Amino acid sequence: MKKFIQLVVREIRLAWIGGGIWLPVIFYLAVATLFPFVTGPDKALLARTGGGILWIAALLSTLLPVERLILPDRQSGVLDQLNIRGWSDELIAVVKIVGQLFAFAIPLLLATIIASALIGLPESKLQTLLIGLAFALPALSGLAVTISALTAGLNGASALGGLLLIPLAIPILIFGAGTLSDDPGNAMQLLAATAVAIAALSPFAAGAALRAGRN
Amino acid sequence: MTARQAHRSSLHLKNVAIFRGNRFVLNAINLAATQGDTVWIRGANGSGKSTLLRAIAGLLDIHSGTVDIIGTVALSDENLALESNLPLSKALQFWAFLDNATPQDSVVSMTAMDIMSLSEVPVRYLSTGQRKRAGLARILASKASIWLLDEPYNGLDSASTAHLDAAIVAHSNAGGITLLAAHQSPSINVSQSVVLDRLEHAA
Repeated sequence: MKKFIQLVVREIRLAWIGGGIWLPVIFYLAVATLFPFVTGPDKALLARTGGGILWIAALLSTLLPVERLILPDRQSGVLDQLNIRGWSDELIAVVKIVGQLFAFAIPLLLATIIASALIGLPESKLQTLLIGLAFALPALSGLAVTISALTAGLNGASALGGLLLIPLAIPILIFGAGTLSDDPGNAMQLLAATAVAIAALSPFAAGAALRAGRN
Repeated sequence: MTARQAHRSSLHLKNVAIFRGNRFVLNAINLAATQGDTVWIRGANGSGKSTLLRAIAGLLDIHSGTVDIIGTVALSDENLALESNLPLSKALQFWAFLDNATPQDSVVSMTAMDIMSLSEVPVRYLSTGQRKRAGLARILASKASIWLLDEPYNGLDSASTAHLDAAIVAHSNAGGITLLAAHQSPSINVSQSVVLDRLEHAA
Protein backbone atom coordinates (compact mmCIF):
# COMPACT_ATOMS: atom_id res chain seq x y z
CA MET A 1 0.00 0.00 0.00
CA LYS A 2 2.89 2.34 0.78
CA LYS A 3 4.32 1.58 -2.64
CA PHE A 4 0.96 2.31 -4.24
CA ILE A 5 0.86 5.70 -2.51
CA GLN A 6 4.45 6.36 -3.58
CA LEU A 7 3.48 5.74 -7.21
CA VAL A 8 0.37 7.94 -6.95
CA VAL A 9 2.48 10.72 -5.43
CA ARG A 10 4.84 10.37 -8.39
CA GLU A 11 1.88 10.80 -10.77
CA ILE A 12 0.83 13.99 -9.00
CA ARG A 13 4.40 15.31 -8.98
CA LEU A 14 4.80 14.63 -12.70
CA ALA A 15 1.47 16.34 -13.39
CA TRP A 16 2.61 19.34 -11.37
CA ILE A 17 5.91 19.59 -13.26
CA GLY A 18 4.43 18.88 -16.68
CA GLY A 19 1.55 21.36 -16.44
CA GLY A 20 -0.99 18.55 -16.16
CA ILE A 21 -2.65 20.22 -13.19
CA TRP A 22 -2.84 23.80 -14.40
CA LEU A 23 -3.55 23.31 -18.09
CA PRO A 24 -7.03 21.76 -17.69
CA VAL A 25 -7.95 24.28 -14.98
CA ILE A 26 -6.88 27.25 -17.08
CA PHE A 27 -8.72 25.88 -20.12
CA TYR A 28 -11.84 25.34 -18.03
CA LEU A 29 -11.75 28.83 -16.56
CA ALA A 30 -11.00 30.33 -19.97
CA VAL A 31 -14.23 28.81 -21.34
CA ALA A 32 -16.16 30.18 -18.38
CA THR A 33 -14.65 33.63 -18.95
CA LEU A 34 -15.20 33.72 -22.70
CA PHE A 35 -18.72 32.33 -22.77
CA PRO A 36 -20.42 35.50 -21.42
CA PHE A 37 -18.65 37.53 -24.13
CA VAL A 38 -20.42 35.61 -26.90
CA THR A 39 -23.85 35.51 -25.30
CA GLY A 40 -23.91 39.06 -23.98
CA PRO A 41 -24.79 40.05 -20.43
CA ASP A 42 -28.12 38.22 -20.40
CA LYS A 43 -28.29 36.87 -16.85
CA ALA A 44 -31.21 34.55 -17.41
CA LEU A 45 -29.64 33.00 -20.51
CA LEU A 46 -26.31 32.49 -18.76
CA ALA A 47 -27.97 30.86 -15.78
CA ARG A 48 -29.83 28.50 -18.10
CA THR A 49 -26.99 27.52 -20.44
CA GLY A 50 -23.86 28.09 -18.32
CA GLY A 51 -24.00 24.71 -16.59
CA GLY A 52 -24.07 22.89 -19.91
CA ILE A 53 -21.08 24.84 -21.18
CA LEU A 54 -19.13 23.89 -18.05
CA TRP A 55 -19.97 20.22 -18.67
CA ILE A 56 -18.56 20.47 -22.20
CA ALA A 57 -15.47 22.30 -20.90
CA ALA A 58 -14.88 19.62 -18.25
CA LEU A 59 -15.19 16.90 -20.87
CA LEU A 60 -12.77 18.55 -23.28
CA SER A 61 -10.25 19.43 -20.60
CA THR A 62 -10.05 15.68 -19.88
CA LEU A 63 -8.12 15.39 -23.12
CA LEU A 64 -5.39 17.85 -22.25
CA PRO A 65 -3.20 15.53 -20.13
CA VAL A 66 -3.75 12.48 -22.37
CA GLU A 67 -0.44 12.66 -24.21
CA ARG A 68 1.74 12.67 -21.12
CA LEU A 69 -0.02 10.02 -19.02
CA ILE A 70 1.35 6.81 -20.56
CA LEU A 71 3.77 7.58 -23.38
CA PRO A 72 6.68 9.04 -21.33
CA ASP A 73 6.56 6.09 -18.93
CA ARG A 74 6.54 3.61 -21.79
CA GLN A 75 9.45 5.30 -23.56
CA SER A 76 11.59 5.64 -20.45
CA GLY A 77 11.03 2.01 -19.47
CA VAL A 78 9.17 2.77 -16.22
CA LEU A 79 6.23 0.57 -17.27
CA ASP A 80 8.61 -2.32 -18.08
CA GLN A 81 10.34 -2.00 -14.73
CA LEU A 82 7.01 -2.00 -12.87
CA ASN A 83 5.88 -5.08 -14.82
CA ILE A 84 9.10 -6.89 -13.92
CA ARG A 85 8.46 -6.10 -10.25
CA GLY A 86 5.10 -7.84 -10.49
CA TRP A 87 2.82 -4.82 -10.95
CA SER A 88 0.03 -5.89 -13.29
CA ASP A 89 -1.03 -3.60 -16.12
CA GLU A 90 -4.43 -3.19 -14.46
CA LEU A 91 -2.84 -2.07 -11.20
CA ILE A 92 -0.65 0.41 -13.07
CA ALA A 93 -3.83 1.74 -14.70
CA VAL A 94 -5.43 2.13 -11.26
CA VAL A 95 -2.37 4.09 -10.08
CA LYS A 96 -2.69 6.39 -13.08
CA ILE A 97 -6.44 6.87 -12.56
CA VAL A 98 -6.07 7.65 -8.86
CA GLY A 99 -3.29 10.06 -9.78
CA GLN A 100 -5.68 11.76 -12.21
CA LEU A 101 -8.29 12.08 -9.45
CA PHE A 102 -5.87 14.21 -7.46
CA ALA A 103 -4.16 15.98 -10.34
CA PHE A 104 -7.23 16.59 -12.51
CA ALA A 105 -10.59 15.90 -10.84
CA ILE A 106 -10.13 17.76 -7.56
CA PRO A 107 -8.55 20.90 -9.11
CA LEU A 108 -11.39 20.98 -11.65
CA LEU A 109 -14.03 20.73 -8.91
CA LEU A 110 -12.43 23.66 -7.12
CA ALA A 111 -12.26 25.60 -10.39
CA THR A 112 -15.97 24.94 -10.90
CA ILE A 113 -16.77 27.18 -7.94
CA ILE A 114 -14.86 30.03 -9.57
CA ALA A 115 -16.25 29.26 -13.03
CA SER A 116 -19.84 29.28 -11.86
CA ALA A 117 -19.27 32.67 -10.24
CA LEU A 118 -17.88 33.97 -13.54
CA ILE A 119 -20.95 32.76 -15.42
CA GLY A 120 -23.36 33.68 -12.65
CA LEU A 121 -24.95 30.31 -11.98
CA PRO A 122 -27.53 30.30 -9.20
CA GLU A 123 -26.45 28.61 -5.95
CA SER A 124 -28.76 25.62 -6.38
CA LYS A 125 -27.43 24.91 -9.88
CA LEU A 126 -23.87 25.13 -8.63
CA GLN A 127 -24.60 22.48 -6.02
CA THR A 128 -26.12 20.14 -8.61
CA LEU A 129 -23.22 20.81 -10.95
CA LEU A 130 -20.64 19.99 -8.27
CA ILE A 131 -22.38 16.74 -7.31
CA GLY A 132 -22.72 15.75 -10.96
CA LEU A 133 -19.07 16.51 -11.73
CA ALA A 134 -17.97 14.65 -8.60
CA PHE A 135 -19.62 11.54 -10.07
CA ALA A 136 -18.40 12.14 -13.60
CA LEU A 137 -14.78 13.12 -13.06
CA PRO A 138 -13.56 9.68 -11.87
CA ALA A 139 -15.10 8.21 -15.01
CA LEU A 140 -13.49 10.90 -17.16
CA SER A 141 -10.15 10.21 -15.44
CA GLY A 142 -10.56 6.53 -16.27
CA LEU A 143 -11.35 7.36 -19.89
CA ALA A 144 -8.33 9.67 -20.10
CA VAL A 145 -5.98 6.90 -18.91
CA THR A 146 -7.59 4.34 -21.22
CA ILE A 147 -7.33 6.61 -24.23
CA SER A 148 -3.78 7.52 -23.29
CA ALA A 149 -2.84 3.83 -23.16
CA LEU A 150 -4.60 3.13 -26.46
CA THR A 151 -2.99 5.96 -28.38
CA ALA A 152 0.49 5.96 -26.79
CA GLY A 153 3.07 6.11 -29.54
CA LEU A 154 0.63 6.61 -32.41
CA ASN A 155 0.96 9.51 -34.81
CA GLY A 156 -1.62 12.19 -34.11
CA ALA A 157 -2.40 10.68 -30.72
CA SER A 158 -4.12 13.79 -29.41
CA ALA A 159 -6.46 14.14 -32.40
CA LEU A 160 -7.29 10.45 -32.19
CA GLY A 161 -7.85 10.85 -28.45
CA GLY A 162 -10.52 13.45 -29.13
CA LEU A 163 -12.29 11.16 -31.57
CA LEU A 164 -12.22 8.32 -29.04
CA LEU A 165 -13.32 10.33 -26.03
CA ILE A 166 -16.37 12.02 -27.51
CA PRO A 167 -18.46 8.90 -28.22
CA LEU A 168 -17.40 7.27 -24.95
CA ALA A 169 -18.24 10.34 -22.91
CA ILE A 170 -21.59 11.15 -24.55
CA PRO A 171 -23.68 9.27 -21.93
CA ILE A 172 -21.94 11.21 -19.16
CA LEU A 173 -22.54 14.49 -20.95
CA ILE A 174 -26.22 13.77 -21.65
CA PHE A 175 -27.07 12.69 -18.11
CA GLY A 176 -24.80 15.34 -16.62
CA ALA A 177 -26.49 18.14 -18.53
CA GLY A 178 -29.83 16.51 -17.71
CA THR A 179 -29.28 17.02 -13.99
CA LEU A 180 -29.23 20.77 -14.59
CA SER A 181 -32.58 20.98 -16.39
CA ASP A 182 -35.69 22.27 -14.65
CA ASP A 183 -37.08 18.74 -14.61
CA PRO A 184 -34.07 16.59 -13.73
CA GLY A 185 -36.02 13.35 -13.19
CA ASN A 186 -33.67 10.43 -12.74
CA ALA A 187 -30.75 12.10 -14.49
CA MET A 188 -28.54 12.08 -11.38
CA GLN A 189 -29.10 8.36 -10.76
CA LEU A 190 -28.42 7.56 -14.41
CA LEU A 191 -25.32 9.76 -14.35
CA ALA A 192 -24.03 8.03 -11.21
CA ALA A 193 -24.71 4.57 -12.64
CA THR A 194 -22.99 5.34 -15.96
CA ALA A 195 -20.04 7.00 -14.27
CA VAL A 196 -19.52 4.14 -11.81
CA ALA A 197 -19.68 1.59 -14.63
CA ILE A 198 -17.15 3.49 -16.75
CA ALA A 199 -14.83 4.13 -13.81
CA ALA A 200 -14.96 0.47 -12.76
CA LEU A 201 -14.30 -0.88 -16.26
CA SER A 202 -11.59 1.55 -17.29
CA PRO A 203 -8.68 -0.07 -15.35
CA PHE A 204 -9.32 -3.30 -17.26
CA ALA A 205 -9.60 -1.54 -20.61
CA ALA A 206 -6.49 0.52 -19.92
CA GLY A 207 -4.63 -2.56 -18.63
CA ALA A 208 -5.45 -4.48 -21.81
CA ALA A 209 -4.27 -1.52 -23.90
CA LEU A 210 -1.01 -1.36 -21.94
CA ARG A 211 -0.44 -5.07 -22.49
CA ALA A 212 -1.16 -4.84 -26.20
CA GLY A 213 1.17 -1.87 -26.53
CA ARG A 214 4.06 -3.75 -24.95
CA ASN A 215 4.27 -6.58 -27.45
CA MET B 1 31.82 -5.11 -1.84
CA THR B 2 28.30 -5.36 -0.62
CA ALA B 3 27.51 -7.89 2.03
CA ARG B 4 24.55 -9.76 0.62
CA GLN B 5 22.95 -12.97 1.67
CA ALA B 6 23.35 -15.95 -0.60
CA HIS B 7 20.87 -16.12 -3.45
CA ARG B 8 18.94 -19.25 -4.28
CA SER B 9 18.42 -18.96 -7.97
CA SER B 10 18.15 -20.93 -11.15
CA LEU B 11 17.04 -20.24 -14.69
CA HIS B 12 15.98 -22.92 -17.17
CA LEU B 13 14.91 -22.31 -20.74
CA LYS B 14 13.64 -25.25 -22.71
CA ASN B 15 13.04 -25.03 -26.45
CA VAL B 16 11.94 -21.42 -26.23
CA ALA B 17 10.59 -19.86 -29.40
CA ILE B 18 9.44 -16.29 -29.82
CA PHE B 19 7.27 -15.24 -32.70
CA ARG B 20 7.04 -11.57 -33.55
CA GLY B 21 5.90 -9.63 -36.56
CA ASN B 22 5.04 -12.75 -38.56
CA ARG B 23 8.37 -14.55 -38.10
CA PHE B 24 10.31 -16.45 -35.49
CA VAL B 25 12.79 -14.11 -33.85
CA LEU B 26 14.14 -16.90 -31.68
CA ASN B 27 13.77 -20.61 -31.99
CA ALA B 28 14.85 -23.64 -29.94
CA ILE B 29 16.71 -21.69 -27.27
CA ASN B 30 17.96 -23.83 -24.38
CA LEU B 31 19.71 -22.65 -21.27
CA ALA B 32 20.33 -24.09 -17.84
CA ALA B 33 21.90 -21.65 -15.42
CA THR B 34 22.30 -22.33 -11.71
CA GLN B 35 23.70 -20.41 -8.76
CA GLY B 36 26.75 -18.34 -9.52
CA ASP B 37 26.58 -18.70 -13.30
CA THR B 38 27.52 -15.87 -15.63
CA VAL B 39 26.07 -16.45 -19.08
CA TRP B 40 27.10 -14.60 -22.22
CA ILE B 41 24.23 -14.25 -24.71
CA ARG B 42 26.14 -13.66 -27.92
CA GLY B 43 24.96 -12.84 -31.37
CA ALA B 44 25.11 -10.23 -34.09
CA ASN B 45 22.93 -7.11 -34.15
CA GLY B 46 19.33 -8.09 -34.63
CA SER B 47 19.83 -11.69 -33.58
CA GLY B 48 17.33 -11.36 -30.74
CA LYS B 49 19.49 -10.81 -27.66
CA SER B 50 17.29 -8.06 -26.25
CA THR B 51 14.15 -9.96 -27.19
CA LEU B 52 15.38 -12.99 -25.25
CA LEU B 53 16.11 -10.91 -22.15
CA ARG B 54 12.71 -9.22 -22.35
CA ALA B 55 11.03 -12.61 -22.69
CA ILE B 56 12.89 -13.95 -19.63
CA ALA B 57 11.83 -10.82 -17.73
CA GLY B 58 8.23 -11.70 -18.61
CA LEU B 59 7.65 -8.67 -20.82
CA LEU B 60 7.10 -10.65 -24.00
CA ASP B 61 4.89 -13.64 -24.65
CA ILE B 62 6.65 -16.88 -25.50
CA HIS B 63 5.31 -18.77 -28.49
CA SER B 64 6.38 -22.22 -27.29
CA GLY B 65 8.74 -23.82 -24.82
CA THR B 66 9.09 -23.22 -21.11
CA VAL B 67 10.87 -20.72 -18.89
CA ASP B 68 11.43 -21.76 -15.27
CA ILE B 69 12.79 -19.11 -12.95
CA ILE B 70 13.64 -19.40 -9.28
CA GLY B 71 14.54 -16.05 -7.80
CA THR B 72 13.78 -12.45 -8.67
CA VAL B 73 14.71 -10.79 -11.93
CA ALA B 74 16.16 -7.36 -12.68
CA LEU B 75 16.58 -5.96 -16.19
CA SER B 76 18.90 -3.22 -17.38
CA ASP B 77 18.36 -2.23 -20.99
CA GLU B 78 18.60 0.89 -23.12
CA ASN B 79 15.69 2.47 -21.22
CA LEU B 80 16.96 4.04 -18.05
CA ALA B 81 13.57 4.30 -16.28
CA LEU B 82 14.92 7.08 -14.07
CA GLU B 83 12.97 10.31 -13.81
CA SER B 84 14.92 12.91 -15.76
CA ASN B 85 14.11 15.90 -13.52
CA LEU B 86 15.11 14.30 -10.23
CA PRO B 87 18.62 14.27 -8.77
CA LEU B 88 20.24 10.91 -9.44
CA SER B 89 20.14 9.73 -5.82
CA LYS B 90 16.41 10.53 -5.51
CA ALA B 91 15.65 8.81 -8.82
CA LEU B 92 17.49 5.67 -7.70
CA GLN B 93 15.86 5.71 -4.28
CA PHE B 94 12.44 5.65 -5.94
CA TRP B 95 13.19 2.17 -7.31
CA ALA B 96 15.06 1.11 -4.18
CA PHE B 97 11.86 1.79 -2.23
CA LEU B 98 9.81 -0.34 -4.64
CA ASP B 99 12.43 -3.09 -4.35
CA ASN B 100 12.24 -3.10 -0.53
CA ALA B 101 15.82 -1.85 -0.40
CA THR B 102 16.97 0.80 2.02
CA PRO B 103 18.44 4.19 1.01
CA GLN B 104 21.70 2.72 2.34
CA ASP B 105 21.53 -0.01 -0.33
CA SER B 106 21.26 2.56 -3.07
CA VAL B 107 24.21 4.50 -1.63
CA VAL B 108 26.27 1.29 -1.61
CA SER B 109 25.34 0.52 -5.20
CA MET B 110 26.12 4.08 -6.31
CA THR B 111 29.53 3.79 -4.68
CA ALA B 112 30.10 0.44 -6.42
CA MET B 113 29.36 2.07 -9.78
CA ASP B 114 31.41 5.17 -8.86
CA ILE B 115 28.55 7.65 -9.37
CA MET B 116 28.36 8.89 -5.78
CA SER B 117 29.76 12.28 -6.86
CA LEU B 118 26.79 12.69 -9.24
CA SER B 119 24.11 12.08 -6.62
CA GLU B 120 22.79 15.66 -6.72
CA VAL B 121 22.93 15.99 -10.51
CA PRO B 122 19.56 15.76 -12.30
CA VAL B 123 19.36 12.62 -14.41
CA ARG B 124 18.87 14.56 -17.65
CA TYR B 125 22.38 16.09 -17.39
CA LEU B 126 24.17 12.71 -17.23
CA SER B 127 26.40 11.57 -20.07
CA THR B 128 25.90 8.27 -21.92
CA GLY B 129 28.34 6.36 -19.75
CA GLN B 130 27.03 7.93 -16.56
CA ARG B 131 23.47 7.01 -17.51
CA LYS B 132 24.56 3.45 -18.16
CA ARG B 133 26.21 3.27 -14.73
CA ALA B 134 23.09 4.75 -13.12
CA GLY B 135 20.99 1.99 -14.70
CA LEU B 136 23.43 -0.62 -13.42
CA ALA B 137 23.35 0.92 -9.93
CA ARG B 138 19.57 0.41 -9.98
CA ILE B 139 20.17 -3.30 -10.66
CA LEU B 140 22.76 -3.55 -7.90
CA ALA B 141 20.41 -2.00 -5.34
CA SER B 142 17.48 -4.18 -6.38
CA LYS B 143 18.84 -7.29 -4.59
CA ALA B 144 17.43 -9.37 -7.43
CA SER B 145 19.06 -12.76 -7.81
CA ILE B 146 18.99 -12.88 -11.62
CA TRP B 147 20.50 -9.94 -13.49
CA LEU B 148 19.58 -9.44 -17.13
CA LEU B 149 22.05 -6.97 -18.58
CA ASP B 150 21.51 -5.82 -22.16
CA GLU B 151 24.77 -4.55 -23.69
CA PRO B 152 26.03 -3.38 -20.27
CA TYR B 153 29.50 -2.48 -21.60
CA ASN B 154 28.26 -0.03 -24.24
CA GLY B 155 29.47 3.45 -23.44
CA LEU B 156 31.53 2.42 -20.42
CA ASP B 157 35.18 3.45 -20.13
CA SER B 158 37.77 0.97 -18.84
CA ALA B 159 37.48 2.11 -15.20
CA SER B 160 33.68 1.72 -15.26
CA THR B 161 34.02 -1.65 -16.98
CA ALA B 162 36.22 -2.79 -14.10
CA HIS B 163 33.57 -1.59 -11.61
CA LEU B 164 30.88 -3.53 -13.44
CA ASP B 165 33.04 -6.67 -13.65
CA ALA B 166 33.72 -6.49 -9.92
CA ALA B 167 29.99 -6.15 -9.24
CA ILE B 168 29.17 -9.15 -11.45
CA VAL B 169 31.85 -11.29 -9.76
CA ALA B 170 30.50 -10.31 -6.32
CA HIS B 171 26.97 -11.15 -7.46
CA SER B 172 28.13 -14.49 -8.79
CA ASN B 173 30.01 -15.28 -5.57
CA ALA B 174 26.80 -14.57 -3.64
CA GLY B 175 25.02 -17.18 -5.76
CA GLY B 176 23.36 -14.86 -8.25
CA ILE B 177 22.98 -15.46 -11.97
CA THR B 178 24.01 -12.87 -14.54
CA LEU B 179 22.95 -12.92 -18.19
CA LEU B 180 25.09 -10.64 -20.33
CA ALA B 181 23.77 -9.86 -23.77
CA ALA B 182 26.71 -8.45 -25.71
CA HIS B 183 27.91 -8.54 -29.29
CA GLN B 184 31.52 -8.36 -28.12
CA SER B 185 33.27 -10.68 -25.74
CA PRO B 186 32.80 -9.51 -22.14
CA SER B 187 35.92 -8.78 -20.15
CA ILE B 188 35.14 -11.29 -17.41
CA ASN B 189 35.16 -15.06 -17.45
CA VAL B 190 31.78 -16.46 -18.33
CA SER B 191 30.69 -19.91 -17.26
CA GLN B 192 28.71 -20.58 -20.43
CA SER B 193 27.49 -18.85 -23.53
CA VAL B 194 24.39 -19.03 -25.70
CA VAL B 195 24.84 -18.25 -29.37
CA LEU B 196 21.90 -16.77 -31.21
CA ASP B 197 21.76 -17.16 -34.98
CA ARG B 198 19.74 -14.99 -37.25
CA LEU B 199 16.69 -16.84 -38.45
CA GLU B 200 16.46 -15.13 -41.83
CA HIS B 201 14.65 -17.91 -43.60
CA ALA B 202 12.43 -19.17 -40.85
CA ALA B 203 8.75 -18.79 -41.52
